[in-house]
Amino acid sequence: MGKTECTCLLEDISQFYGKEMATRDAYGIILVELGKKNPDIVVLDADLSCSTKTAKFAKTFPDRFFNMGVSEQDMIGVAAGLALTGKIPFASTFAIFATGRAWEQIRQTVCYSNANVKIVATHGGITVGEDGATHQALEDVALMRVIPGMTVIVPADAYETAQAIATVAEYHGPVYVRLGRAKVPSVMPENYKFQIGKSYIFRVGKDVNIIANGIMVAEALKASEILNKEGIDTGVANFSSVKPLDEEALLNIAKSSKLIVTAEEHSIIGGLGSAVAEFISENNPVALRRIGVRDTFGCSGSSKELLNFYGLTAEQIVQTVRDFFRK
Amino acid sequence: MVNIESLEDKARQLRIEIVKMLAKAGSGHTGGSLSAADIVAALYFYKMKHDPKNPQWKDRDRFVLSKGHAAPVLYAALALSGYFDKSLLGSLRKLGSPLQGHPCCKELPGVEVSTGSLGQGLSVACGMAIGLKLESSPARVYCLLGDGEIQEGQVWEAAMTASHYKLDNLCAIIDHNNLQIDGACTEVMNIKPIEAKFIAFGWNVFTIDGHNMQEIVNALDEAEKIKGKPTMILANTVKGKGVSIFEGKVQYHGVAPTLEELEIALKELKDGQN
Repeated sequence: MGKTECTCLLEDISQFYGKEMATRDAYGIILVELGKKNPDIVVLDADLSCSTKTAKFAKTFPDRFFNMGVSEQDMIGVAAGLALTGKIPFASTFAIFATGRAWEQIRQTVCYSNANVKIVATHGGITVGEDGATHQALEDVALMRVIPGMTVIVPADAYETAQAIATVAEYHGPVYVRLGRAKVPSVMPENYKFQIGKSYIFRVGKDVNIIANGIMVAEALKASEILNKEGIDTGVANFSSVKPLDEEALLNIAKSSKLIVTAEEHSIIGGLGSAVAEFISENNPVALRRIGVRDTFGCSGSSKELLNFYGLTAEQIVQTVRDFFRK
Repeated sequence: MVNIESLEDKARQLRIEIVKMLAKAGSGHTGGSLSAADIVAALYFYKMKHDPKNPQWKDRDRFVLSKGHAAPVLYAALALSGYFDKSLLGSLRKLGSPLQGHPCCKELPGVEVSTGSLGQGLSVACGMAIGLKLESSPARVYCLLGDGEIQEGQVWEAAMTASHYKLDNLCAIIDHNNLQIDGACTEVMNIKPIEAKFIAFGWNVFTIDGHNMQEIVNALDEAEKIKGKPTMILANTVKGKGVSIFEGKVQYHGVAPTLEELEIALKELKDGQN
């Protein structure tokens, strides 16, 4: 199946360490670096290359970049065809169009054929902001997770994104990587090594463990500081690999938790919270609370306003934990 | 030198295998498999460069069966080409068989991509054509579409892609039998004029009799000479072609022959009345 861990040269990846940066920006930069090393890498976009940051690749490698225009379904099919002739296509557009508009193409043509297509979607989640509900992908992880053979990655920061992109370029098989529009703080430590199917555990708590991915890892870390000061022993884990899920780590966490809180910039239906719930309820039932967008569409607003409005904050995590222990 | 008679005989053999495997399976798509038999025979036994002993040969021509429900005609062509033993055809649609109801490339060597959900194949063919051009490969890509299938919007996205990227190594063929599940294509959702649409999308178009082997061969040969644009061969066909009781009948779109019908079919096909 190819490599599942990052073997990319350190100098390419280390430039992202400690940077507060949008994950899509990290994607645009590392894609060019990978393109220099591997001539089989080709990139497709659906008229959003300036937003998805694939425009950098287009400028550097015009012969290996294919703008498909506003036609996501065709883009995914063409990517599959390229993969079936030995290329490593990275197909990019906004998360909702990549996974929603072209879902059946991904299921039938990419995954059922096990075509080596990398779908890297930007503008995932509510932080797309002002464009509102039509452009806020809150279901993409669920849509991708359900397809057999699909790998689903939601990196937390620029450093992890660069490693994840470098890794999936070497891994053989369909992958969905979900990135965001807004700047995100640096959270992953310098010695971190991304691996498909592996979580990163910052700390295991005896009372509560917060399992997060994407931008919610930073919020989980903030929440854990507050909770630990209040005497609630709180741990945090980054489950950037939603599928395959790091079941071994999750089992250990479940065994040492009174409560697990999941936190994701996604609907609470079908995403990380669901994946965790499915596993622990069958293997080691423990109290669970899910932080995410409830069964509702988004709306217009600034990223920060929306995160507050939908309760995707450290404060919400803290309050959820406090409520549980006060019962 | 092309031997038209021997290709016609191959098409007849494909039809015999199609009705036999469908009757044994008890379900499947008879009409659209038979209508495509002459085209598929010309591709597999005349035009395409491929190596059944080495299905992954890098410079092989690619065939994408976008109308995946016509799987029996593809399976018959693969078996008669030597990709696998003919006896495997008897397992069509059975549990554990690599001959799924619609083609699955993970299961069966020689199948280039899994198909069956209509409208997706031409995009894949475009991607393959681009990939082969990037490799400076001499290989060509052939894509067989149904006429009802072109009602899918994605086909027209792909039609734009093919001409935008000047994919002259791509040749698509429409099996134009004018019948889809619910009736005549022109009545369910009018697809005409097909030629003018593809010409407007920047394609070279040949219209032929899809059961005239000489015309099929000529069109496939001529398509290779067209530079700077993809070619569409609009092949006028008859659904169920080769078996009088199936010909032109919409009810045989997705129904397998009964044993009595098989007997009639085999008699006609062996008598060379196709």
